[in-house]
Amino acid sequence: MKYTQKAKVLGCETIGKNIYSLRLQADDIAGSAAPGQFVSVYSNDSARMLPRPISVCEADGERGILRLVFRIAGAGTEEFSKLREDDEVRLTGPLGNGFPLGEAARRRVLLVGGGIGIPPMLETAKRLMPEADVRAVLGFRDELFLAEDFPCEVTIATEDGSAGTKGNVLDAIRAQKIEADVIFACGPAVMLRALKKYALEQGIGCWVSMEEKMACGIGACLSCVCRSVQTDEHSQVKNKRVCTEGPVFRSADIEI
Amino acid sequence: MTKNMSVDICGVRLKNPVMTASGTFGSGAEFSEFFDLNRLGAVVTKGVSSVPWEGNPTPRICETPSGMLNAIGLQNAGVEVFSKRDLRFLSDTLLPDSGAGAGSGGILPSTKVIVNVCGHSEEEYIDCVEKLASERRADLLEINISCPNVKEGGIAFGTDPKGVERITSAVRRAARQPVIMKLSPNVTDITEIARAAEAGGADGLSMINTLTGMKIDVERRSFALANRTGGLSGPAIHPVAVRMVYQCAGAVKIPIIGMGGIRTAEDALEMIMAGASAVSVGTASFNDQRTALAVIDGIDEYMERHHVSDIRELTGCVRDWET
Ligand SMILES: Cc1cc2nc3c(=O)[nH]c(=O)nc-3n(C[C@H](O)[C@H](O)[C@H](O)COP(=O)(O)OP(=O)(O)OC[C@H]3O[C@@H](n4cnc5c(N)ncnc54)[C@H](O)[C@@H]3O)c2cc1C
Ligand SMILES: Cc1cc2nc3c(=O)[nH]c(=O)nc-3n(C[C@H](O)[C@H](O)[C@H](O)COP(=O)(O)O)c2cc1C
Ligand code: FES
Repeated sequence: MKYTQKAKVLGCETIGKNIYSLRLQADDIAGSAAPGQFVSVYSNDSARMLPRPISVCEADGERGILRLVFRIAGAGTEEFSKLREDDEVRLTGPLGNGFPLGEAARRRVLLVGGGIGIPPMLETAKRLMPEADVRAVLGFRDELFLAEDFPCEVTIATEDGSAGTKGNVLDAIRAQKIEADVIFACGPAVMLRALKKYALEQGIGCWVSMEEKMACGIGACLSCVCRSVQTDEHSQVKNKRVCTEGPVFRSADIEI
Repeated sequence: MTKNMSVDICGVRLKNPVMTASGTFGSGAEFSEFFDLNRLGAVVTKGVSSVPWEGNPTPRICETPSGMLNAIGLQNAGVEVFSKRDLRFLSDTLLPDSGAGAGSGGILPSTKVIVNVCGHSEEEYIDCVEKLASERRADLLEINISCPNVKEGGIAFGTDPKGVERITSAVRRAARQPVIMKLSPNVTDITEIARAAEAGGADGLSMINTLTGMKIDVERRSFALANRTGGLSGPAIHPVAVRMVYQCAGAVKIPIIGMGGIRTAEDALEMIMAGASAVSVGTASFNDQRTALAVIDGIDEYMERHHVSDIRELTGCVRDWET
């Protein structure tokens, strides 16, 4: 079930350079959101028609609280960064499929987040613990954010070497000789491409969260497709909708 | 006050004049999670062709001020899957005509289905239209002639009056349902194209399709869309659409379905007063899934406020030509 609702802002604070944490009272959505799903956030400026897709960073179903963490990338996210307590913002969600938590049960799961791909990995870690053996590898350019919120063991990689392994997430995985049975990942396409290759070499399962421009967010407009290896059942061509069949795909099933 | 909102389009009765614009509403299934499709005058489905189409590479869309550019490239699953899955869904979801006429004592028409058709050649259009001939759930056909014509080097069918007349009459002969030709605004004189469609036997016109545009990403110094150009839609094009509907309403006798940037009842009423018998809501549904419902309710409220007992009193009521 998808909901479109007005959410009340509980707080919006900066947690890094140009990175904001937005807490919303959104009962319906928070109550049914699964990790790896996202919400469409609508602008209050009528000139900006299209929703901004933002991943669920944390969802507290009991209290109906949704946490989104985003980076200012343009006018829409800049507007959201200025939201204050008691402001209202319109959302549709939860959208997309989310990570296949069943694949991780009683296995060693490696959660990999790169940059602004880190937020969805937080709720994923929380839901997998303690049944699964969870470890996170987080990649940053320089300044860290959100790393302390993770309930599991965290390995850090930074491009400038200011913390953890100097380099990218794969450098950290190799340096720390981290072993896993399954990888869940979200981050830039280059990172996902490298993880897809790594998982193939290791013979382990790998699921990645993809990004594409969206207009409807609900599967109607076909804006957001990625290329698939097999003919997709819905589209009847080798295209899958990131907003509906995704955003999480088995890396072997799609072209990255 | 008893009000009549039902209108007649090409011999088919709609419960109200508000429908969805092709390509912005999928098959309706995606939006049925947000509201009851039975409230709409009609559902207009995404363009369908005789075989599946892959569409364009991504990025396929970008936002522009009060609008967007799209170059989806008419990706679709082909008419066979469309019939089996999408039309089946619509016939399961949409209720039949009901006797409980809204105050009028007559029949309250059911929500109708308009199937939008695309093709790369005359043969492809005909093939698709023939495959739809036996579909009882397809009440009307809307023919998108903004598709690239492979035989004419990719020039759209809809930009040359002679070509429009020819494709219209070919489709008209093959079709079992009434045929609405959907016009491209990317022409010098849209009335010429509208007259050509009428001469070819069109039962109605839909207008406007998107206006060709381009956006450049200055940070990356490249095109924002993989296809380079895309079709502009949304409130930004509304005044252009109103002008074109107005011009064509004075040039042809067949009914016009007006669209282009409709977001509010006021936008829809402008279109109706300019001469449209019905309207479609497109891009605005991306901003709020329930936009079409708000438009229906807003028209109802307007009629109440201005004591309009029949919506048809408003059709083409703003004009400067002799009737
Ligand atoms: C499934 C999914 C989950 C995401 N989760 C997060 C998240 O948790 N935190 C976060 O900071 N960002 C996330 N993003 C990226 C985020 O959607 C964009 O940064 C945001 O839309 C930019 O909007 P803007 O108005 O600030 O930028 P502008 O560049 O002005 O936006 C213009 C248009 O392009 C679209 N757009 C721009 N960049 C992207 C992008 N990278 N992906 C998709 N659409 C884009 C916008 O939605 C808007 O329609 C996610 C994207 C997807 C597809
Ligand atoms: C994403 C998208 C897909 C579209 N697909 C089709 C299509 O398949 N066939 C068609 O005839 N028109 C298509 N259109 C055009 C719309 O039906 C409509 O004519 C146009 O967008 C103007 O209306 P609007 O401003 O309300 O969106 C599409 C428009 C958009 C934005
Ligand atoms: S955004 Fe419309 S189909 Fe995915």
